[in-house]
Amino acid sequence: SRAGFTGPENLSRVNLVLVKHYSQTLYTLYIRSVYHNLSKEAEIKRINKELANIRSKFKGDKALDGYSKKKYVCKLLFIFLLGHDIDFGHMEAVNLLSSNKYTEKQIGYLFISVLVNSNSELIRLINNAIKNDLSSRNPTFMCLALHCIANVGSREMAEAFAGEIPRILVAGDTMDSVKQSAALCLLRLYKASPDLVLMGEWTSRVVHLLNDQHMGVVTAAISLITCLSSKNPDEFKTCVSLAVSRLSRIVSSASTDLQDYTYYFVPAPWLSCKLLRLLQCYPPPEDGAVKGRLVECLETILNKAQEPPKSKKVQHSNAKNAILFEAISLIIHYDSEPNLLVRACNQLGQFLQHRETNLRYLALESMCTLASSEFSHEAVKTHIETVINALKTERDVSVRQRAADLLYAMCDRSNAKQIVAEMLSYLETADYSIREEMVLKVAILAEKYAVDYSWYVDTILNLIRIAGDYVSEEVWYRVIQIVINRDDVQGYAAKTVFEALQAPACHENMVKVGGYILGEFGNLIAGDPRSSPLVQFNLLHSKFHLCSVPTRALLLSAYIKFINLFPETKATIQEVLRSDSQIRNSDVELQQRAVEYLKLSSIASTDVLATVLEEMPPFPERESSILAKLKKKKGPGAVSVELEDGKERGELNGGADRGGEAAIAASNSTPSPSSDLLGLRSAAPVGGPAPSAGSLLVDVFSEAGSAPPSAASEDPAPPLFVCKNNGVLFENQLLQIGIKSEYRQNLGRMYLFYGNKTSVQFVSFTTTVSCPGELQSHILKCIPSLTHTKPVEPLVEGGAQVQQVINIECLTDFVDAPLLNIKFRYGGALQNITLKLPVTINKFFQPTEMAAADFFQRWKQLSQPQQEAQKIFKASHGMDTEVLKAKLLGLGTALLENVDPNPENYVCAGVIQTKIQQVGCLLRLEPNAQAQVAPPPPPTHTHTHTHLCAHALDSHTASVCPSLCGSHCITHCTHLHVITRYCIYVKDPHRVGSSKSH
Amino acid sequence: MQFMLLFSRQGKLRLQKWYVPQADKEKKKITRELVQTVLARKPKMCSFLEWRDLKVVYKRYASLYFCCAIEDQDNELITLEIIHRYVELLDKYFGSVCELDIIFNFEKAYFILDEFLLGGEAQETSKKNVLKAIEQADLLQENLDFQIRLFPAPS
Repeated sequence: SRAGFTGPENLSRVNLVLVKHYSQTLYTLYIRSVYHNLSKEAEIKRINKELANIRSKFKGDKALDGYSKKKYVCKLLFIFLLGHDIDFGHMEAVNLLSSNKYTEKQIGYLFISVLVNSNSELIRLINNAIKNDLSSRNPTFMCLALHCIANVGSREMAEAFAGEIPRILVAGDTMDSVKQSAALCLLRLYKASPDLVLMGEWTSRVVHLLNDQHMGVVTAAISLITCLSSKNPDEFKTCVSLAVSRLSRIVSSASTDLQDYTYYFVPAPWLSCKLLRLLQCYPPPEDGAVKGRLVECLETILNKAQEPPKSKKVQHSNAKNAILFEAISLIIHYDSEPNLLVRACNQLGQFLQHRETNLRYLALESMCTLASSEFSHEAVKTHIETVINALKTERDVSVRQRAADLLYAMCDRSNAKQIVAEMLSYLETADYSIREEMVLKVAILAEKYAVDYSWYVDTILNLIRIAGDYVSEEVWYRVIQIVINRDDVQGYAAKTVFEALQAPACHENMVKVGGYILGEFGNLIAGDPRSSPLVQFNLLHSKFHLCSVPTRALLLSAYIKFINLFPETKATIQEVLRSDSQIRNSDVELQQRAVEYLKLSSIASTDVLATVLEEMPPFPERESSILAKLKKKKGPGAVSVELEDGKERGELNGGADRGGEAAIAASNSTPSPSSDLLGLRSAAPVGGPAPSAGSLLVDVFSEAGSAPPSAASEDPAPPLFVCKNNGVLFENQLLQIGIKSEYRQNLGRMYLFYGNKTSVQFVSFTTTVSCPGELQSHILKCIPSLTHTKPVEPLVEGGAQVQQVINIECLTDFVDAPLLNIKFRYGGALQNITLKLPVTINKFFQPTEMAAADFFQRWKQLSQPQQEAQKIFKASHGMDTEVLKAKLLGLGTALLENVDPNPENYVCAGVIQTKIQQVGCLLRLEPNAQAQVAPPPPPTHTHTHTHLCAHALDSHTASVCPSLCGSHCITHCTHLHVITRYCIYVKDPHRVGSSKSH
Repeated sequence: MQFMLLFSRQGKLRLQKWYVPQADKEKKKITRELVQTVLARKPKMCSFLEWRDLKVVYKRYASLYFCCAIEDQDNELITLEIIHRYVELLDKYFGSVCELDIIFNFEKAYFILDEFLLGGEAQETSKKNVLKAIEQADLLQENLDFQIRLFPAPS
């Protein structure tokens, strides 16, 4: 660059010259304060004196002329820019901008733009002046006014001018420069107040600005069009073909054709990038000709990257590569052209070794998204060595961070061990700023791709050893959950953690894991005299005094478990518990534990002790809370690879249903209902582009039951909610509705969380719950009540969340779900959404435990045809025992283990509690791998209630099917056969008349 | 683009332009944090960094840092060239621009920026057209002796 910025260090040499050129006043002010080593205080004193002077001039009796006003307003600006607060002068600035003299007007506008003030009287005056200038037909004045609106962009300005500016933008006689300002001015207003900018009648004329003769007009207008398109893609879809032809003309033009719009031999780089960006608001063009032309453009851009550079200047290569990266983004966005994807990947591969750090950085970043495409995942993986090398050798931490992200994204079963090992070794020297995230990533990869669990345990213990401080609770909770659920790894875990604890200085997190695992599974290694019970205890206790209170509390619990596991340690441990430092500990929690454990161990019989301290039951399988934490940390999109990869998960997680995983995870880590949803919200793309723009999270949530509003009312209750109570009920670009519900007996309570995803408030927000058809006759009572102390707030602020509670009482069985209707105004348009609330009869199930003999006796009793409902359906997914179990439990019944003589079958029992009756249900699920089961004859029902109930159960077992089977893979491999038998006990015989109890 | 900051190697802010509304307190906080972060970086490091949920693109010209914060979907390299084109515009207008030109003719620096970028988006990328607009405005200046805005004539 020719830019010859002279640093202040050269100031003394140029002083004399400067004195001539610059204002004496500003100069002395500046020189004195900055360069003559004035102390901060002296500088402030000096500035305050100046401010006092200006204030007195403004307040003085003598009216100031325009020139003086301009001088002082300019001084105020100068002082502001030196970093001091300015709280006056706005009125004088407004006077200036109303002046006819251009320089006065200009300074007035500048002051207002830089020192925006929300005083309404002031804004009224400013708006008046702007109005005059806009109607002046003087293009210079009009531009000044438009710049001011664009710089301030307040709602008051949008109210005043949002109607006028589109007119200026498309009018035939508007000067090009004014059009450019008008387009971007409108963009700013639209971003701030979308509800006030109504394009309606102007849409088509605005889109046609893409064809404008003047490149500058196109450059400005396309930013507006892109923003509008991303919000209303359908209305603006004609822009696609226009953008493609404009792009094609630029790409194929010679480097000199575009004159001043050519930048270092690259034709119109800014416009090209914006065109490619606009196309990313849409799916690939449907019109074959347009698509062909576009693919040609993309190929040309990729080809140009291989040509020798036309200039050695970095500006040339930057501009050229800016277009290339934008083209690659578009290729990734389409994710449909394998050829282009692989070419893009190869190009990025070249950049990985480029000498420019910037290009290496961007190549790593861009490859991260390529790694999630099925077409290019393998191609990305071929660069693993280069990326590992980057992680080790890059000197810039932000580049290393990108390399770590890419390794995470390209990880799969084939390379997990290598990548995890590299990440672990990098952790030893990693920068503090990225350690926590690295730890989470290693923990997730280790869990996700663990084939043998000893590797998983080793990895996590290494993680604690290397970066213990950065291992959050989620990580060590998770390793314990997994060890408890996998009995094949418990012995190994006990042995490994015992060895790890031998280190003289080991991290407190290691002590926690050690305390927990030895307390549960220490017996598995107690046979070895080197890890006899007493050795284990002494090892743990040697760490005790160095630990914090929560860890000590955990250790005390481990000790009482030891007493149960190893009676021979009882005396030693009781001695410890009895010592003053425990039993009289100043910490209440520790003292209480010591006292209670001591007492428990002395008075309880061995049997009682064994029952109290029984081995932990397996944790319900669920999505890793670590993943939720990473999502929270990185924001939307960051872990999209994770979600994309549905086929691979489930090994350890037991395949928590994919749709609701974010919801479940969020509720795992944060127990209170309101924080749940916050956690959810952070994982959801907030105000992001439409799903078509590539946000995978949106897709995932939509599977959790959010149907488009129009279709929602026809759909049955989203199947995923049959077996679970929490999650996202609905989501579109504006609104997210989260749900959390709890049921006891025949009563239920549902919390609804309405989250405004936009930055604009929803007006007239109302919700109503109605019970259609039979429900109306009070079969099911739904009483909504808002938890807010205030009545329903009709305004939901941008980004805010409103909570509503619905109390539900089930009077008798039912089939239909109640409807929830939500109405509000967004940007003037009325939004009307009707959803089915996921209230299904199985929510009122009370699980019933029973022994095998009991079960089959009852099963045989319920042998009438009308007492049975059968359903045979195809499993669309390989059946995972744990998933099936979780589903059946989620249904609300008790899962009876060791009851059915055929271990393949599942049997469940439960009682549906309604106000007037109880319905006992026995359920049997018979997976049939041969897929030969003939459908049973349709059951005939005579009794109304039985019929209803059968119907309800039938439809629910039916709706359980897809969720039983996961909803993604289409591998038909088994059939499932569900038989439900039930009987009804009537609480109030008068009401149901002659209903028999079976 | 969300905002653009110009600051010296000493960390003194020379020009600030905010394209999304921020409270004054927040502006100061952002500026302080970002100036510190950027100044702490070594010369050969890459020009991009993740900062909060934004991408920061910066480049140093002599004693002055030009620093832009852009959104996730924005293009880093083209932003780098936005900075360069702005420097070229200043350079052409002032004739071998230096930090003091920007200090004492801050209003010109703002006017040029407004012609080039508006609402955080490129409005006019032709150097000729931007400077023509500024020169036309200068012609409207009735009083070239105005004490506080003398500047050397472009060579």
